[in-house]
Amino acid sequence: MMKTAEMLEIFNKHRGDAVVIPGRGGRFWVEMSDQPDRDLPLGDPAMGGHASFALGLALAIPDQRVVLFDSEGDVLMGMGALPTIAEKAPSNLYHFMLDNGVYATTGGQPVPNAEQMEYDVVAQGCGYPSTYAIDNLEDFASQIEEILSGPGPVFVALKIDPEIINEPINARPQWQRKTRNQAVADMQAELGISGG
Amino acid sequence: MAELSPARILAELKNNGATHVVWLPDSETNFLYVLMSEEPSIDLVPVSREGHAFSTAAGLAAGGKKPVILIQNTGMMESGDSLRGWGLGMNVPVVMMVGYRGWTRHGVINDTAAFYTERFLHAFNINYYLVESDEDADRISIAFAEAQREKRPVAVLVGDEYHGFNVSR
Repeated sequence: MMKTAEMLEIFNKHRGDAVVIPGRGGRFWVEMSDQPDRDLPLGDPAMGGHASFALGLALAIPDQRVVLFDSEGDVLMGMGALPTIAEKAPSNLYHFMLDNGVYATTGGQPVPNAEQMEYDVVAQGCGYPSTYAIDNLEDFASQIEEILSGPGPVFVALKIDPEIINEPINARPQWQRKTRNQAVADMQAELGISGG
Repeated sequence: MAELSPARILAELKNNGATHVVWLPDSETNFLYVLMSEEPSIDLVPVSREGHAFSTAAGLAAGGKKPVILIQNTGMMESGDSLRGWGLGMNVPVVMMVGYRGWTRHGVINDTAAFYTERFLHAFNINYYLVESDEDADRISIAFAEAQREKRPVAVLVGDEYHGFNVSR
């Protein structure tokens, strides 16, 4: 098991100039990223859609590496996105998935069949050409460079500690420093993209 | 009554600079798929659930592309939260072409998919244009212009099930 923040700290050393969609790791990522104009900390526009969003972005900017930190709850809700990603096969997409086994933002209830799921096997079965399953920081640190230096699409299932939030949504600390639209606008400006 | 030709639809998409068609097959847009798959200027992105179409389109638009969503009214209704969060919440200027399953001109609706379609769009405050024949096809350009101007999804309801879109010509 890994702490999300510790895993992201290691990733950050290998980020290069990748565009990062931190997903459920957003509240940690905004504290450590030194390239906020290449970050899309969108929070949770609608559960289950991060992988499709990342696919669309990766297809649109093929010269940029796109790194997504998805979650197992999102993947379960939107599992049908995996075959689409595998079919379109964007070589610039790196799909990491945080698996803490629970719905952490609703109090920590287990996701369906949490103890048995092998998400890397699911991704492989959907056609991802490269998949990994990592459950400790040492292995993550030793493999991250290899993962990011190879072609995508890559799927990396990461076992992380549940860091459960059990407060009403309106009572939670607001970690986002930009609106979603501002984050997109800043990324577009950084990459020289005129609005879609 | 005149029918809606897939070639005319494709021409509208090309004239408006569509770069990607994010789609899930339906009976209204069947034949259009054949034409689109042969069109080099448009990249098809097949999804397996319509809700993914809105998040995919949001990503494409964030990257500067001009996607079109091509789905059926049944799937649009299944996609409510994705339309809310990704489509409307991210101000995605996207035309969603929606096969209007069950729609009839005479107004007697026996298909609940059709019965709820416009009610659904009203609930989400999505403006829409009905396209039944080639004579209506320029409404697609109106929808594109409105989506760009308003920075939000605009729907085109394709009311031609099992007619022009499935007739080889």
